[in-house]
Amino acid sequence: MLREQYSEYLRSEELPSVWCPGCGNGIIVKALVNAIAALSLRRDDVVLVGGIGCSGRTPFILDFNTMHTTHGRALAFATGIKLARPELKVIVAMGDGDASAIGGNHFIHACRRNIDLAAIIFNNAIYGQTGGQLAPTTPQGKRSTTSLLGTIEPNFDLCKLALGAGAGFVARTTVFDFHELIETLTRALTHKGFSVVEALTPCPTYFGRMNDLREPYEMLHYLKDQTIPQALEDVPDEAAQMKRLPTGIFKDEQRMEYTELYSQLCKAAKGAAVSSSE
Amino acid sequence: MPERKAKAKKPRLIQGNEACTYGALYAGCSFYAGYPITPSSEIMELMSRELPKTEGVFIQMEDEIASISAVIGAAWAGKKAMTATSGPGFSLMQEGIGYAAITETPCVIVNSQRWGPSTGQPTKTAQGDVMQAIWGTHGDHPVIVLTASHVRDVFEMTVTAFNFSEQYRVPVILLLDEVLSHMRENVCLPEPGERNLIERQRPARADGFKPFKDLTFLPFGAGARFNVTGMAHDEDGFPAQAAEADRQLRRIMNKIHQNVEKVALYEELHLDDARVLIVTYGITSRAAENAVEELRAEGVPVGLVNLKTLWPFPDFLFERLGQNVSHLLVPELNLGQLVREVKRAVQGRWLTVEHLGRVDGSLITPQQIVEAIHQLTGTKIPKEGVQQC
Repeated sequence: MLREQYSEYLRSEELPSVWCPGCGNGIIVKALVNAIAALSLRRDDVVLVGGIGCSGRTPFILDFNTMHTTHGRALAFATGIKLARPELKVIVAMGDGDASAIGGNHFIHACRRNIDLAAIIFNNAIYGQTGGQLAPTTPQGKRSTTSLLGTIEPNFDLCKLALGAGAGFVARTTVFDFHELIETLTRALTHKGFSVVEALTPCPTYFGRMNDLREPYEMLHYLKDQTIPQALEDVPDEAAQMKRLPTGIFKDEQRMEYTELYSQLCKAAKGAAVSSSE
Repeated sequence: MPERKAKAKKPRLIQGNEACTYGALYAGCSFYAGYPITPSSEIMELMSRELPKTEGVFIQMEDEIASISAVIGAAWAGKKAMTATSGPGFSLMQEGIGYAAITETPCVIVNSQRWGPSTGQPTKTAQGDVMQAIWGTHGDHPVIVLTASHVRDVFEMTVTAFNFSEQYRVPVILLLDEVLSHMRENVCLPEPGERNLIERQRPARADGFKPFKDLTFLPFGAGARFNVTGMAHDEDGFPAQAAEADRQLRRIMNKIHQNVEKVALYEELHLDDARVLIVTYGITSRAAENAVEELRAEGVPVGLVNLKTLWPFPDFLFERLGQNVSHLLVPELNLGQLVREVKRAVQGRWLTVEHLGRVDGSLITPQQIVEAIHQLTGTKIPKEGVQQC
């Protein structure tokens, strides 16, 4: 994609973004713009909803209908938008804490409902915006400003969580794998139903500094070394011992989508109302 | 009490919660998101039955935070949207109410009050959420708080809630209570077209639309591609600080407070010759009306103000009170909430303001009010003490 084509999707007056040098969020945004361009979605028909945190700032810089909501609730706001206007393409940008800590309840219920939203989780494994605190996704043993000796808490596997809760499309990749990220987002946006893309992204400022990965390239290599392209249930023992996270598209199955089912329900309700008045 | 004219022919025996639902549908509500909670659940049940018939949206969310969030999302997608809850759920909704206030999102939140705090007594009535309705979310913020006294009034005030929210782009909170929600009365509901319905003002053009400049509104997908945020923002919806944040906060507060005389609805009785005035609202006004009749029969020059709008508070009403009013009594089902606003509004005047509170989960009776007035005016020896505050 050419530079001029990107700028069509960006709100240049809102740049530069708040993101630190070495942050991977810009790579996710670039991949998302590529996917949207590949699908020729009209900017007027796209709604981008963000939560709170570094990733939550994504809506500011992209030229769609955009909404920066409250912490953890992006999916609930997006559910209201999608139900009210099913013809709009609704994309949700969340952080890992946003999606799985404060917004964990909304996340599992959005997966269960299978409403046609594309949820992108920018997973940097830490609370970046508030200064590097422990997240539910911080790998056990890693340091943060609230776990200086290494966290004793086990971390969430967000993809397993999404699969367990019933999402129709579940995938994980990293900003290191840029082309795979574009392909994954494109497929997620095409999927009719709730799709989850967990994009692992580096936070050299906090995660890196706290965990001896101070340089951005070190963090990118860490993401590469920490992951392995595999089916979720198919992780080799050695990789499991090294705690390498499987990446790939773990599920892409169509099942009846919520707004379609709701439309059918309305027809049934109208039919019942007519027959009872006859 | 002067009653609004209802031209519909057939009276129906319906519950307050049903009247609220029918009022919302009459006003054009086409989106409802909620979570079950006593004593408001019948609103959600009836919405789930009625909305799909007209292709309106009903969704039961995973909690009250999600409910108000979905309502705000739907409002920005162009719908007239509402939710209903009770105390514990209303506490959870404060986050979303703040977001709706700063983003100037038209929406309606119904809170059927029950005894609190916390789980309290789910099936017992109270008027304990008045201050929370006004100040519940953090930061200075604009809201309109309405209430109702009887079942048809619930219908009318629900329609009014939607009208105000659309007109001023503001979250409107309608305070009911357990008794009013569940009580059944024979009412005649208005026919379509009998009530004026207000719709969001549209800007002349989508091009160059500034979503946070004035009361005009465009939904998502209408070609304007603006940003909405709960952060302090400029007219375009992008983060703002210092002088612009100050200016915007004052603007959204002023749009309500400068219109207080249009928004502050009330009913009055015997205000012309009253020396003692009962200031009441909601379900408690029913007992106050009976008390006024009884006291008038005794020859006590008592009047009544029934506030339909609790916020913005009608200071103007108290500034205009005649010199002959010497005593005010504020009965309410709490330990002293709206009475504080009344005291503030009459500050500096030679007036005695007393509070009559009840918090055992039952209603204040006409007899309690009569006795409180007797004590206040020294006309008779009271049987029970009037609560000081």
